[in-house]
Amino acid sequence: MSTIETTDTSLPVYTPKDFTTDQDVRWCPGCGDYAALAAVRKALPGMGTKKENFVFVSGIGCAARFPYYVDTYGMHSIHGRALAVATGVKCANPELQVCVVSGDGDLLSIGGNHTIHTMRRNVDITIMLLNNKIYGLTKGQYSPTSETGKITPTTPAGSIDYPINPIAIAVATGCTFIARCLDVDMKSLDTIYKRGMAHTGTAFIEVYQDCNIYNHKAWFYASQKETMFDSTIKVEHGKPLIFGVDRQKGIRFNNGRPEIVTIGNDGASEADLIVHDETDKFLANMYAQMSYPEFPEPMGILHADPTKPAYNDLLYQQLDESKAKSGQLDLQALVTGNESWVVR
Amino acid sequence: MPTDQTTNTPSTTLDSVVIRFCGDSGDGMQLTGGQFTDTSALFGNDFATFPDFPAEIRAPKGTTFGVSGFQVHFSSESIYTPGDRVNAMVAMNPAGLKVNLVDVEPGGIVIVNEDEFTKGNLAKCGYLDGYNPLEDEEIANKYNLVKVPMSRLTKESLADSGMGAKDINRCRNMFALGIVYWLYERPIEQTKEYLVKKFAEKKGLPEIAKINIQALQAGYYFGETAEVFPSRYRVPPAKQEPGTYRQISGNEATVLGLVTASQKASKSILYASYPITPASSVMHGLSHLKRFNIKTIQSEDEIAAICTAIGASFAGDIGITGTSGPGLALKGEAMGLALMLELPLIIINVQRAGPATGLPTKTEQADLLQAMYGRHCESPVIVLAPRSPSDCFTMAIEAVRLAIKYMTPVIYLSDGYIANGAEPWKVPDVSSIPEIHITHPTEADVGEDGFMPYARDPETLSRPWAIPGTPGLEHRIGSLEKDAESGNVSYDPDNHDMMVRLRAEKIERVAQSIPLLEVDGDPTGDVLVLGWGGTYGSITTAIQQIRANGHKVSSAHLQYLNPFPSNTEEVLRSFKKIVIPEINLGQLSMLIRSKYLIETIGINIVKGQPFKVGTLVEQITEVVES
Repeated sequence: MSTIETTDTSLPVYTPKDFTTDQDVRWCPGCGDYAALAAVRKALPGMGTKKENFVFVSGIGCAARFPYYVDTYGMHSIHGRALAVATGVKCANPELQVCVVSGDGDLLSIGGNHTIHTMRRNVDITIMLLNNKIYGLTKGQYSPTSETGKITPTTPAGSIDYPINPIAIAVATGCTFIARCLDVDMKSLDTIYKRGMAHTGTAFIEVYQDCNIYNHKAWFYASQKETMFDSTIKVEHGKPLIFGVDRQKGIRFNNGRPEIVTIGNDGASEADLIVHDETDKFLANMYAQMSYPEFPEPMGILHADPTKPAYNDLLYQQLDESKAKSGQLDLQALVTGNESWVVR
Repeated sequence: MPTDQTTNTPSTTLDSVVIRFCGDSGDGMQLTGGQFTDTSALFGNDFATFPDFPAEIRAPKGTTFGVSGFQVHFSSESIYTPGDRVNAMVAMNPAGLKVNLVDVEPGGIVIVNEDEFTKGNLAKCGYLDGYNPLEDEEIANKYNLVKVPMSRLTKESLADSGMGAKDINRCRNMFALGIVYWLYERPIEQTKEYLVKKFAEKKGLPEIAKINIQALQAGYYFGETAEVFPSRYRVPPAKQEPGTYRQISGNEATVLGLVTASQKASKSILYASYPITPASSVMHGLSHLKRFNIKTIQSEDEIAAICTAIGASFAGDIGITGTSGPGLALKGEAMGLALMLELPLIIINVQRAGPATGLPTKTEQADLLQAMYGRHCESPVIVLAPRSPSDCFTMAIEAVRLAIKYMTPVIYLSDGYIANGAEPWKVPDVSSIPEIHITHPTEADVGEDGFMPYARDPETLSRPWAIPGTPGLEHRIGSLEKDAESGNVSYDPDNHDMMVRLRAEKIERVAQSIPLLEVDGDPTGDVLVLGWGGTYGSITTAIQQIRANGHKVSSAHLQYLNPFPSNTEEVLRSFKKIVIPEINLGQLSMLIRSKYLIETIGINIVKGQPFKVGTLVEQITEVVES
């Protein structure tokens, strides 16, 4: 249902401006959400979908203000429930391109159940998780992705919660499109977002997003030139896992486990490295477990399985099959039932 | 086929009879009672049923908490309840007898499967060592106790069938049904056809159908030949209006009402729900109607269910969710969202006894205040309550009609009693049911200032239902307070005050679109009995009896709880005393008192059971005579 209608000549030529509302954007200056918004506005004109067929749904939180700023149909719902609402939108009208943009508190804490089950069902929705590892709108409490030991207003002695791993959750649910990107990496975000929207089924995109008020620099290890080349690895389908400032490092399997090697040393050549295959769910599992500093954190499209039918498509398939079997509808016969009797 | 000519037993004609079948939850009592009901319906009796089963699917065998019962009241007159007192009972085991004997009238027929009254079984249901109720003289004197070795007779009648003991044992309920068919002069043909359809045709087990039919016949012949009953009983057909009739339960009627509304509105339904007793059968029913473009989603939880329904309504379907009281509590915040968004939404609440898990299979009317106020802040919604199983059809259509007309959530308060209970229903001509008109705005409706998603219809105050996919009407709605017209986020204090009042006023105006409250009896007088929802049958029967006793009393029954019909105050002020029976501690009383400053006298019994007519007669009469 999310096929791009490139042949549709009636489609107006859009620019990002067409997807910009008259509402003032109220995020804090320097917030990573600006980058995500810009990427989305830039991506939408190229999707081959009519403007009126986009629906943005969000929950609650800073990121959840997103729909107000995108000039399409949109709903700012309640805390945690964006995906449940979006499921209803998509199932009511599968022609719509449905996107959910929300934060880590919304999608992984209060709304965690819906995140799991939407991905499990493979509802054709694009999810952008703006993960800043903090509760911004409620003024800086730790979130389910905050690191253990985090000092916040509710954890003055340090958080004793272990953080959740969003990619591992996505893999566990059988999510059919899993990606990760950095908020300031506009080019990759654009590519990933477009692929995610074009994907049939749930697309889950985790964005490392900087909250420069309550959790500034949380992702600096992954975003700053000094460390990013060692702390992250961009995966590309069909290409070996290579990273590092001079692209001298790679990842190979050693006795079934991933291992970092320096290409040319230790008898390791490029040919020994793991080649990224986005259709391979075993690799997706491995990526989910790779975290810095033990490993570079994989960025890009980690997994894409186009073969699993989307929930909404199966729903309509059953409706169609039932209609085809039944022939002419007879409401009176239904209401009367099979066991009626006549009083004369 | 056995016929009346083969017996010499005399026959007594009765107006109506209440029979209760009871036994272990695995004894097939619901099926047995259902078959007796079907047969009586086809015979032309009026009837009302009361299935009463435990929450446990298969409680430990032989225990009192595993007892399942099915009561059916059938009559040659119009009846509204399954009856207070049982005239005849079939108890398949000691536990069934122990739990149910108290409801049998003195002199009533009690047929027991005496083979099950073993030492072990008697102990299992807590009878003292050495005591057997079948040997209790007091019981023998008080009731017409008929001991039948049903297990043994069933076994003997099927001895040549070649079937295993387990399958044969399962036919005992049909043997019992056969006895009861003979006793009440019912034909067995209907049940034979049913058994063939159920076992032979659907399950491919013709041999099972065969032995069940044999057991049924054996039971019938036993009645005829054993001469244990001094008389047979005949309940002639009721005088009913000509027409096509069917049997219907409340949840079935809800399903049919929703589908009919969908067809009349030319709109697809999306029903999202999480399984919960006693609402689940609404989802079961709708799930089989995909051909009518009914989409059902079994959500991951109650909150997801309502939010998915809200999303569906936003996108242009009729979004519906169904639940019972505990689920309604979970949906509270999302109901607030729906009324803030001003989208049509129907919330089916089949009430059950609580709070918390409470008595999940038992009935109650205690969610009225939750329906009215169980949300944060000022959040009025429409509240409706069907009054009988068949009324669920009409009120389900009403729920959809009003939700769409006023762009608002509607809570539909059914209850476990009418949801599971069944009655005969004169099938309506669906072509006579009015269409439900829906207008979705298009680009042509956009004014100079652009599309205003919160511009209101001057009459109903409802806003336009613009759906995604419509060019030129792109807009955002949300849970934040919004500017009265543009729908943009607004923190303006005066705007909020105005919006709070507007949302309340919109629901008040619904009174213009609903019928007036009708009074049964004199329009003025000393005593008015005011009821609501599923107690209609008990109250109506009680009123008839009180009048037959020579007293004057009027009654009125509310199906619209918010807003009340516009003449409600006028009706109430026409009487000196207002009696309000409800299966809660006085929730409608509280609403009436606070809204109209009118004193009320409550009759409040909260036992997880429908009102006993006798109790109502007694308590209302007390007020009438005082």
